[in-house]
Amino acid sequence: MAEAPPIESGQSAESPLAGPGSAALGRTEGRPAVGPARAWLRFFLSELRQVFLRRRNLLLLAVVALFPIIIGIGLRLASHPHGGGGGGGLSFVTQLTGNGIFLTFIALSLLLTLVMPVVVAVVAGDSIAGEAGYGTLRYLLAVPAGRTRLLAVKYAVIVVFAVAVTFEVSAVALATGAVLFPIGPVTLLSGTTVSLAEGILRLVLVSLYVSAAMAALGAIGLAVSTLTEHAIGAIAGLAIFVVASEIADQVPQFAVIQPYLPTHWWNSFDALLRVPIDSSTLLKGLLSFAVYLLIFGSFAWARLTTADVTS
Amino acid sequence: MTDVDAGSPGPAGAPGATADPAAPRRDAVRRAGTDTALAVSTTGLTKRFRGGQVAVDHIDLAVSRGSVYGFLGPNGSGKTTTIRMLLGLAFPTSGRAELLGVRMPEGTVRVLPHVGSLIEGPAFYPFLNGRDNLARSDAADRTADPRTAADRINGALDRVGLLAAAGKRYRNYSLGMKQRLAIAASLLTPRQLIILDEPTNGLDPQGTREVRSLIREIAADGITVFVSSHLLAEVEQVCSHVGVMRTGRLVFQGSLAELRRTGAARIRVETADPVAAAAVLQKLGLPEPLVARDEVTAPLGDFAAEQICADLVHAGIGVRGLGVVSPSLEELFVGLTGEGYDVDG
Repeated sequence: MAEAPPIESGQSAESPLAGPGSAALGRTEGRPAVGPARAWLRFFLSELRQVFLRRRNLLLLAVVALFPIIIGIGLRLASHPHGGGGGGGLSFVTQLTGNGIFLTFIALSLLLTLVMPVVVAVVAGDSIAGEAGYGTLRYLLAVPAGRTRLLAVKYAVIVVFAVAVTFEVSAVALATGAVLFPIGPVTLLSGTTVSLAEGILRLVLVSLYVSAAMAALGAIGLAVSTLTEHAIGAIAGLAIFVVASEIADQVPQFAVIQPYLPTHWWNSFDALLRVPIDSSTLLKGLLSFAVYLLIFGSFAWARLTTADVTS
Repeated sequence: MTDVDAGSPGPAGAPGATADPAAPRRDAVRRAGTDTALAVSTTGLTKRFRGGQVAVDHIDLAVSRGSVYGFLGPNGSGKTTTIRMLLGLAFPTSGRAELLGVRMPEGTVRVLPHVGSLIEGPAFYPFLNGRDNLARSDAADRTADPRTAADRINGALDRVGLLAAAGKRYRNYSLGMKQRLAIAASLLTPRQLIILDEPTNGLDPQGTREVRSLIREIAADGITVFVSSHLLAEVEQVCSHVGVMRTGRLVFQGSLAELRRTGAARIRVETADPVAAAAVLQKLGLPEPLVARDEVTAPLGDFAAEQICADLVHAGIGVRGLGVVSPSLEELFVGLTGEGYDVDG
């Protein structure tokens, strides 16, 4: 090596991409060896900060918090004249007047139809398409963030956001329910009464189930997001997708395909409110989420790792 | 002169830097053509878009380490597509590209930490300030040390003169500040190669001068600079080598001196009797003298202007003035790339 360029030929004779040889290129520059896990965590926390400090997203989270409060007040006012048993349609509503914890299930059930999916869609649809739109995608890839690594970090942030939205709804609804209605031992849908502590534990499990549903939706959003450089298009597309699935889920003639619809199992969290827990329904729901995550996650990966970045 | 001078490695690219013959595990395919004296090298690099349009057509770039390489050509001649392929953002239809001796796009993760880039204009989050944007970019770099991040970010901001505006939102930056922030991002970690795509685009003359002096400073540190522009004049003063693109093809590559040599010098004689002067030139063997009102010009070729002057005087021609005229680089450049709006790429 006459010219002594910093990349040694001995090292480039190694297997091209991986192995100890790859590190040598960094070492010659005197770069500190940052562990891949720590580097990943740093990138993840940086992206997480962007999502959770962004004003638009904070505003969305604030609006989401208003819904359980409004629903709680509405049901409180509606239940008052009769002294018990308001509502109708929702099976939880009759139990609400007896126990404020049921406001959480009512709120989750209602917000799952549109509000929560749309909020998750905003973050998921924006994840890659937003970067492409701003032109920052090409710079992230030139850093290099790594295409697969970028996708993994973006999806991890979507999952955290989905969990945050779900637990926010549960927490605000629980607080509102506790203020507006009596609270105490919980009578489940199967008629069994459990302690308030167990009721709250079940609420946590319900929230985790709903988070999984939203995380699966997030994977679909991520996939849609790799297809466009217009974040708003990805967000709207995902919202329409959710509504279309919900409509199809209501049409009796579509009964055959309904179990395969992405939204079909979202409201099945009531399986956790029975003794014994309806684990069969629960597992079918979780399986559905896992399959959607796998299919759309793979699609997003295949798309982002092979597409020319022209934005 | 439209031949592609692909093999010329330039003065800095001394030979003999290729291989250690003892290395037993050599990957023959990967090693083929690998020259670590070159910061950028491509062979037959081609990009055909889905519509069938060929944006980059078999180009063979050879950029020596330590050089400042001007990658020139009109808008739409394939410069940005080439740069996107070099950086692993777009995948070539055929041919190969290497950065710092490592094949792209396969070597993206290995080699790009050593390469800073400005690609088709700056792009940052508008709602973050300059410093936060750089921090975000740094966090994505798995080779960057988080402990030194704050110092490196401040250093990069200082270098481009943005330290005072670091807390201002990117949205409120002027175009020149945006451009400088992008250059700062390319300087966040120590680099061996900086790729700047149209760094002077949209800048006023003052901003253009600033970018030029930045390029000089970067090159003075021994970093190879690959800078694209559609205007020769903007980079001419800083480049040691140029490559000229026209409709996806590399129509010239070499040093500026080599580019100058491609232009034929002409002798220009001012005289009261141009017709007689032309006859003398013709008799001396200069081809096709052109007669204007009171001057005559002809390609000089290998003749010495002094001798021609003496011969003219000897033949009784009253010479008022005599000179050798070489086409300017700009004229040569326009000759290579075509006038104005004939971009058919």
